[in-house]
Amino acid sequence: MSVDITIIVVDRKGAEHEISVPTDMNLNLMEVCKGFELPVEGVCGGMAMCASCQVYVLTENHFGERNDDEEAMLDEAYYVEDNSRLGCQIPITLELDGLRVALAPEAP
Amino acid sequence: MKLRCHLIDAIPQPGGQLAEIYPKKPIYDIPGYPTVLAGELVDNLMEQAAPFKPGFTLGERADSIDKQEDGSFIVTTNRGTQHHAPVVMIAGGLGSFEPRRPLIDNIKDFEDNGVRYIVKDPDQFEGRDMVISGGGDSALDWAIYFAEKGSFVHLVHRSDRFRAHKDSVSRAYALEDEGKMKIHAFAEVKELVGDDSLEAIVVHTKEDQTTITTDLWFPLFGLSPKLGPIGDWGLDIEKNAIVVDTFDYQTNLPGIFAIGDVNTYPGKLKLILCGFHEATLAVQTAYKIINPDKKFTLKYTTVQGVQGFEDQQPKETAKS
Repeated sequence: MSVDITIIVVDRKGAEHEISVPTDMNLNLMEVCKGFELPVEGVCGGMAMCASCQVYVLTENHFGERNDDEEAMLDEAYYVEDNSRLGCQIPITLELDGLRVALAPEAP
Repeated sequence: MKLRCHLIDAIPQPGGQLAEIYPKKPIYDIPGYPTVLAGELVDNLMEQAAPFKPGFTLGERADSIDKQEDGSFIVTTNRGTQHHAPVVMIAGGLGSFEPRRPLIDNIKDFEDNGVRYIVKDPDQFEGRDMVISGGGDSALDWAIYFAEKGSFVHLVHRSDRFRAHKDSVSRAYALEDEGKMKIHAFAEVKELVGDDSLEAIVVHTKEDQTTITTDLWFPLFGLSPKLGPIGDWGLDIEKNAIVVDTFDYQTNLPGIFAIGDVNTYPGKLKLILCGFHEATLAVQTAYKIINPDKKFTLKYTTVQGVQGFEDQQPKETAKS
């Protein structure tokens, strides 16, 4: 049986979206945002190569570790903060229950 | 089908995202290939297309389209090259690849006046001292190239980890030891100084800032796709994609088709496989537009073999 977790996404206008996400569908956070029609483009399709799914992780215990590809992309992206992550590199797992993220501004 | 084809692409090589973004990454969902590298797939497609002698205009972006009285089109590129064709297929993928421009207020004042986003005709910069920003292959390769050609290069990067090839990174550090390069890690160019042309840049780190006197800065932060001028062609656009009819992938403008990632329709999937299918169906209507009096009968290549063209595509119209 699928176990859902709750994630809160703050969009670029400051509105909060509390969404219930299944953990057994091999999803990542970029796909979740797109699936819920939040304004996340995911241009490169999840290869950590465009940063259009950049989010700021607002809950400290959920920050996780950036992988090398992600780190390299964030080195070249816009509006990067210490709590920046790429949504496509965050797999949805039970540990993310209660995660709160804000969408980074769109690149110019 | 004996239809001539001419390809216009803003990047200097054919292959779009596969060639530009992920040539060394494997793809597992192309029928008949359990696995194939994106770059290999492009090479194979080029080989498959070769007998049909397509024409190529590369490194130029299709900027405008003008419908002629007879229903044909003239497509003009950003460099003024004009192409005249009865049918236009937009296989523009994510759009055209444009350099990522750093967010500095007065950067526009110095574009082509000290600030350059791509290295074109490197000979003219050889021996000149310069600043290069970025951590990818392009930034490292050019930093090494110019340092070896007698330039003193400041390489500015936001972290101390480089996306570029390991050999390039070690070479860059070796050049720094030889006094031909200075690597500024955890640093970013934040200010540009100059009146008419670039005179200096200011590099910020978390702790301090340094002014470097230079008249040449290459911010090389890679390319990002933009739908670009196609957005102004009068086509129906929905969420950055061109709306098409799935009967033949024609747009709202008859004679203009859109195939691949650039289009959208109910049930759209952005897959290479689907792009092939869309192209195959689009060409059927294209054939009817080009040959209104002929009837096309589908033939199998196994029976017919490959019937290419003997001669090269006629040369494009001279640049205006």
